[in-house]
Amino acid sequence: MMEILVEFKNVACGYGDKVIFRGLTLSIFKGVFAGLVGPSGTGKSTLLKSLLGAVPVLEGGIWVAGRRVTRRTPPGVGYVPQTETVDWNFPVTVEQVVLMGLYRRMGWLPWPSRGDRLRVRELLAQLGIGRYAERHIKALSGGEQQRVFLARALAADPDLLVLDEPTAGVDLKTQHGILHLLGELNRRGVTILITTHDLNAVARHLPWVICFNRGVVAQGDPEEVFTSQILSRTYDSEMSVIRQGEVTLVDDSPGSGLHFRKTSHVH
Amino acid sequence: MISWLTHPLQYEFFRHGIVAAGLVGATCGLAGVYIVLRKMSYIGHGLSHAVFGGAVVTYVMNWNFYVGAGLWGFFAALLINAVSKKKKIGADAAIGIVTTASFAIGVALISKVRRFTRNFDAALFGNILGVTVQDLWIILAVTVLTALVVTIFYKQFLFTTFDSDVAKIYGVRTDWVDWVFSLVLACVVIASMQVMGVTLIAAAIVVPSITARLLTDSFHKMVIASVIIGLLSGIFGMYLSFYLNVSSGATIVLFGSLIFCISFFYSYAKTLVISRELPAGPSAVDSHEHAHDHGGMLHHHEHLHENADEAHHPDESPREESILTVNKMTCAACVQSIREAIEGLKGVTSVHADLPTRKVRVVYDPRRVSLEEIKGVLGQAGFG
Repeated sequence: MMEILVEFKNVACGYGDKVIFRGLTLSIFKGVFAGLVGPSGTGKSTLLKSLLGAVPVLEGGIWVAGRRVTRRTPPGVGYVPQTETVDWNFPVTVEQVVLMGLYRRMGWLPWPSRGDRLRVRELLAQLGIGRYAERHIKALSGGEQQRVFLARALAADPDLLVLDEPTAGVDLKTQHGILHLLGELNRRGVTILITTHDLNAVARHLPWVICFNRGVVAQGDPEEVFTSQILSRTYDSEMSVIRQGEVTLVDDSPGSGLHFRKTSHVH
Repeated sequence: MISWLTHPLQYEFFRHGIVAAGLVGATCGLAGVYIVLRKMSYIGHGLSHAVFGGAVVTYVMNWNFYVGAGLWGFFAALLINAVSKKKKIGADAAIGIVTTASFAIGVALISKVRRFTRNFDAALFGNILGVTVQDLWIILAVTVLTALVVTIFYKQFLFTTFDSDVAKIYGVRTDWVDWVFSLVLACVVIASMQVMGVTLIAAAIVVPSITARLLTDSFHKMVIASVIIGLLSGIFGMYLSFYLNVSSGATIVLFGSLIFCISFFYSYAKTLVISRELPAGPSAVDSHEHAHDHGGMLHHHEHLHENADEAHHPDESPREESILTVNKMTCAACVQSIREAIEGLKGVTSVHADLPTRKVRVVYDPRRVSLEEIKGVLGQAGFG
């Protein structure tokens, strides 16, 4: 019997008088690597933030590793925010950013201990960015920057890793690298929950997906869940799924009504 | 030269003034780092206006200036913080509303009882000649308090200033951090009023830290530079004020602005020199970015030329061949990543990866690279 790591029981979440979703009941099992997919604005990020304690829970309750989530983030959870929210011009080095991840473990001293710094250097080396420890964060490429924030989330050895759009804004190869990295972490026992907009390049390859639109539409193996019917319900628009042998592709191109006038550039 | 420096020091008012100006400059420089990085540069201006209202009220009620204005300033700072968290109204608008209303209270009271007017020139423009020994002790206390708070809460302030929402998720009590910072800022503004006056405190807070940011990308160096620039602006501003017979608040700010201009042109000149030194054509930066966009390719671009050389002179070095089974090689992109990861190692002559059999054949010089290193690089790329 698989252990439940995160449990939502009849949860309603929102900001002020705007309720994003209501009546959410969902269990996330330990050791899973799950992707949350769905249209923008329907609560994927809100769901992530609610289990972090960053969004008020209006009804119901959320439990992480048996502890109820209040306004404070439960320990054992590492969070990687969307890269758009980062201030790249802030005068801070890669090492300093990753040290922030150790905050809960650091003592009263205002500066990090040698043990803290060693831990950070080890982590950076494991992620292949050890040589950038002293560099300013803006001096790195997109994939490397993503790894810096992943290192910060991993610094305190979390049981659960939560990533908001980790593959947004990077090219295919970098996406591939990030997913391989996450896969490796999952094999070592870290439970991973990500949100993603990319059904074909990302979600389709994950072991578990949760289709979300103000509530869970369906969840399971993408081979089973990615059907025209389920995806059309999730995205509130006609979507077709093409299956050829082992390959499943979602036709997520914009639907009818979009006709661009083509002009010939050959003279 | 020395007499130029020592001559004014014979006057007690100048000695008091230069200590006050130096300490105020340094403290404003320190607090200013956090203000500027939080993109709340207007808060210095706003808070000093808010405190003006408090100053008038305490005078009317016959309270101790420092206590009354301090409390008023603290509550104004908290109110600004609370209002600016509402995303509908930005921090700049929040500061504008709270502070101008507070300033207006002061103006209204003054206009009602006109005999106050003369005393409030000092509040508006500073009156460094009027710095008493009590004022000096207060300024020193605020300097020490600010330095202590910034040191003790160094990591909390840094994390919260960098990203307040994420800091909270990682366990920082950001609400406490905001409270403490607001209190410290209110104290800094009150202590600085006598020296700078309400109208110029903003510059004292913002100019040294913006200048420091131009000069360095390192956070702790920015803090140190900002404090030093603030201190020097205070000291040399006082000398300028003495010799030119001009308001000290103005000369302190003008000297700080001069340092900013010099730093600005220095950093601009530096970028011109650097761009001239970069090689033409596909830049090293581009290939570096391309090379490092994938896991585990640690040494790719530095060793590219060496491998190219080796490719042209293959017969000169001993060669060994190893065939590795890489079960995690499951797609074409994996093949590419594996090739690039191993090719990046010094001493590797060639890499051939075969997807159907999941085998990778590596030809390398065993004197320069070991099989363990090759396996290590594969592991770092996620194929271990």
